[in-house]
Amino acid sequence: MKPLLEGFNKAFENRTRLAIMSVLVVNNAVDFNTLKETLQVTDGNLASHITALEKAKYLEVRKGFIGRKTNTTYVATREGIKAFKDHLDSLEQFIKDID
Amino acid sequence: MNNEASPINDLKEIRSLMERSSRFMSLSGLSGVSAGVCGLAAAFFTHWYLSREGLRDDYVSNTLDKTMEYKVIVNLFFIGVVTLFLAVGSATYFTLRKTVRTGGRAWDTTSKRLMVNILMPLITGGIYCMALIYHGEYGLVAPSTLVFYGLALLNGSKYTLNDIRYLGVSQIVLGIISLFYIGYGLEFWALGFGVLHIVYGGAMWYKYDRKG
Repeated sequence: MKPLLEGFNKAFENRTRLAIMSVLVVNNAVDFNTLKETLQVTDGNLASHITALEKAKYLEVRKGFIGRKTNTTYVATREGIKAFKDHLDSLEQFIKDID
Repeated sequence: MNNEASPINDLKEIRSLMERSSRFMSLSGLSGVSAGVCGLAAAFFTHWYLSREGLRDDYVSNTLDKTMEYKVIVNLFFIGVVTLFLAVGSATYFTLRKTVRTGGRAWDTTSKRLMVNILMPLITGGIYCMALIYHGEYGLVAPSTLVFYGLALLNGSKYTLNDIRYLGVSQIVLGIISLFYIGYGLEFWALGFGVLHIVYGGAMWYKYDRKG
């Protein structure tokens, strides 16, 4: 068999990270609770993966306010969107190779 | 099966997440059916009311010279408001019920975005129709409500189930046809707001909700 994971992005090996990016590429800005509810993951789990993606510069954290409450939202960076698309391409390629 | 690195599973999940996070998916087909029933009932009631007053169906459309009785305008407006209230109320009820059943939140980013995008063309159309009434162009009101409602659905369809797009296009086409058959406003209105809603709502119920 061909080298399976060639071209697969290490940052997306974890499904939660891939899921976070899937949500961010189709939405302008998403807050923590919306992400948590969409992905059905725990606070701690989500927070650690967000930090990992932030370190990879795939997403940006934006702090704002709704009234007096802080409202933190996450936005996919240009690099993040590119990495996500490349990852999808390699997934596609992988499936084509099977056929 | 290895759950961690199966590309097909990954792609399936990505697709579902993109859709779930950007579109309001729990729109119920029954909402369409109930709105349609309200629309049809209102059309029949209006027909009955006009004939009781000794007026023909095309009275409203053909009275272009602002001589229409004030009382008739007020009563028709009242029927319209009650219909709107019942249709929106029952449609909201069925969609809320579906949202609660599927464990979603009714008032989240996706439903807000859907509302805003439907309301903008709809309110524009509402003001436009009020201006038509103000100028005494009663015959153009029914076709215009259909056209603007269709445009509103078309605009909102990007943020919910794709079937809404076809309902929107159908309403626009019907509205445009009725622009050239002034005098049959009530019939076209019953067809658009009544029959089309019931047909599309029923089809959507059959497609998405039947099992649930």
